[in-house]
Amino acid sequence: MKISVNNKEVETAAVSLSKLIEELSLPLQGVAVAVENRLVPRAAWATYALSEGMKIVIVRAACGG
Amino acid sequence: MEKLVIAGREFASRLFLGTGKFDSNDLMARSIEASGTEMVTVAMKRIELENREDDMLKHIMRPEIQLLPNTSGVRNAEEAVFAAQMAREAFGTNWLKLEIHPDPRYLLPDSTETLKATEQLVKMGFIVLPYCQADPTLCRHLEEAGAATVMPLGAPIGTNKGLQTRDFLRIIIEQAGVPVVVDAGIGAPSHAAEAMEMGASACLVNTAIAVAGDPVAMAAAFRQAVEAGRMAYEAGLGIRTDSFVAEASSPLTAFLDD
Amino acid sequence: MFSDELEKISWEETTARIHSKTDADVRYALSKEYCDVDDFMALLSPAAVPYLETMARLSRKYTEERFGKTMSMFIPLYITNSCTNSCVYCGFHISNPMPRTILTEEEIVNEYKAIKRLAPFENLLIVTGENPAKAGVPYLARALDLAKPYFSNLKIEVMPLKAEEYAELKIHGMNGVICFQETYHKARYNIYHPRGMKSKFEWRVNGFDRMGQAGVHSIGMGVLIGLEKEWRTDVTMMAYHLRYLQKHYWRTKYSVNFPRMRPSENGGFQPNVVMSDRELAQVTFAMRIFDHDVDISYSTREPAGIRDHMATLGVTTMSAESKTEPGGYHTYPQALEQFHVSDERTAVEVEAALKRMGREPVWKDWDASFDLKSFSRC
Repeated sequence: MKISVNNKEVETAAVSLSKLIEELSLPLQGVAVAVENRLVPRAAWATYALSEGMKIVIVRAACGG
Repeated sequence: MEKLVIAGREFASRLFLGTGKFDSNDLMARSIEASGTEMVTVAMKRIELENREDDMLKHIMRPEIQLLPNTSGVRNAEEAVFAAQMAREAFGTNWLKLEIHPDPRYLLPDSTETLKATEQLVKMGFIVLPYCQADPTLCRHLEEAGAATVMPLGAPIGTNKGLQTRDFLRIIIEQAGVPVVVDAGIGAPSHAAEAMEMGASACLVNTAIAVAGDPVAMAAAFRQAVEAGRMAYEAGLGIRTDSFVAEASSPLTAFLDD
Repeated sequence: MFSDELEKISWEETTARIHSKTDADVRYALSKEYCDVDDFMALLSPAAVPYLETMARLSRKYTEERFGKTMSMFIPLYITNSCTNSCVYCGFHISNPMPRTILTEEEIVNEYKAIKRLAPFENLLIVTGENPAKAGVPYLARALDLAKPYFSNLKIEVMPLKAEEYAELKIHGMNGVICFQETYHKARYNIYHPRGMKSKFEWRVNGFDRMGQAGVHSIGMGVLIGLEKEWRTDVTMMAYHLRYLQKHYWRTKYSVNFPRMRPSENGGFQPNVVMSDRELAQVTFAMRIFDHDVDISYSTREPAGIRDHMATLGVTTMSAESKTEPGGYHTYPQALEQFHVSDERTAVEVEAALKRMGREPVWKDWDASFDLKSFSRC
């Protein structure tokens, strides 16, 4: 299915958020995930089902003052 | 030197460091080391899927260092609350440098949105350190809203102009019941020393170190300046002029002799 | 509450600190634009005596910077001398066999009218003894309501109240409260105030917190000079109290008083210490250098000469032509007064004297017309 990750269209076979993180080979620490502009806590990733067209934002640490 | 306490956590260093604008993560890490800081700000950004970069966190994570995620990039209270939740999840800390600047040119903090966001975030359990205008009344309101510190600016961010807001900072320091951290505008160790001599609790420095000829050496210079300024404040500054001699004539108080 | 803070400050140590202040400490304090309580102790100490003229100059400078060349005028009105306390120094002492009066509404209005005939007073201070059963909050509320057509700024000097009661009186137009702690020496406070509600030290000292919590616009403080020999320590405690209140209730404006007791000529309570004019001047200058914004008030207890001179050196608020007995302006001009007035000039004479000193008397310096919750002039 097609979903949007950080405003980029991504084709994925993952069915849950945790599978998606795995598929994108992202670290499990130091990132946060929001779906439709709502935070999804780490503990809920495994059971959070993906669906067609879902808008996902993933952030990580960056330099800044 | 008296230890700084914010929200119950002790800090041996009164210098806070920003992590922006360094040439490399390595230089940043060595500057942090040289500064002796125990509080380091971090920002958040969206992951670029095709361009994986080095994880900056591993360069700053140390047991003695408190991460201070900021909300850089948000334009109002609602976005700040969202960013704060993301930061808490990503970094596993309740600490937050709240900064809301809708103005992309001077990055000046929005006072009304900052106060609104502080009220909400404190209720959500965040330890909020708001970056704000050097406005004594606003600082009173932020304190009443539950802010853990106030972080008034010394000059527009990135300008290195020093304590342009000196008169207002003095009033804020006199009135505050929470630590006052001078943020933004500190361009030289002498500026930081002056803020500390005035009684500021800490200084947050970024640009002045990151863009210095030798950032590591400059970080060490700031460390000494902040310590010297604090020690001077605690020691009590000496007399500045010697004009106050007892006066022989007494035109104003002669009536008391009658 | 301030009583908790006061526990942490030792009277004896403070006294010792004041008396150990040196010439260098005084010069240090004088060189600072913003003094802390420690500097205040130096300015108040015997070591500062040689610097009186310098202090006068600084005090005038700060006062003119903040207040200009003005003097805010007010007048007190005693509406009752009924009192259940037995303060050893006070004429309204419960055992004093004097006629007691609680002015009726008609009498109160007559007093207001009589005051307006003296001078264009707009700042009124309503004073009572302590008799909550007979002259309590409803009585005060009524007196405030009746005052609205005549005055634009109403203060009260009454027994300490509950926070809700202060809030209620605000609705009736009260915008300031004056309350003298008399002394901060907790152990000896009861020697002077042995019985009645006023014997409860904590209730009185924490009354200022309750005023602050109720959002009272203006709070007046004072220590009665003549009770404690170490008046410097008492005034220092008031300075701590002032700083505490300013920090916690920052929307409120503060004023301070240093009422001096005089030796009594016809028996009665003799003061434990008599403060000289020179000492009164020093404490006034020290307070102004310590706090550039606080109102410093001199009542008609003080003689005309020192009032006129100090009007240009730090004092910012004055009463004039005061009567300290209930109904003294019209109803009962002969009743027994609470304390003796030294400056017996008329308000018009005081005004002329102030003008000669280069000060402009201001009868009305604040109008409550923007205070939406409390005031609508009838």
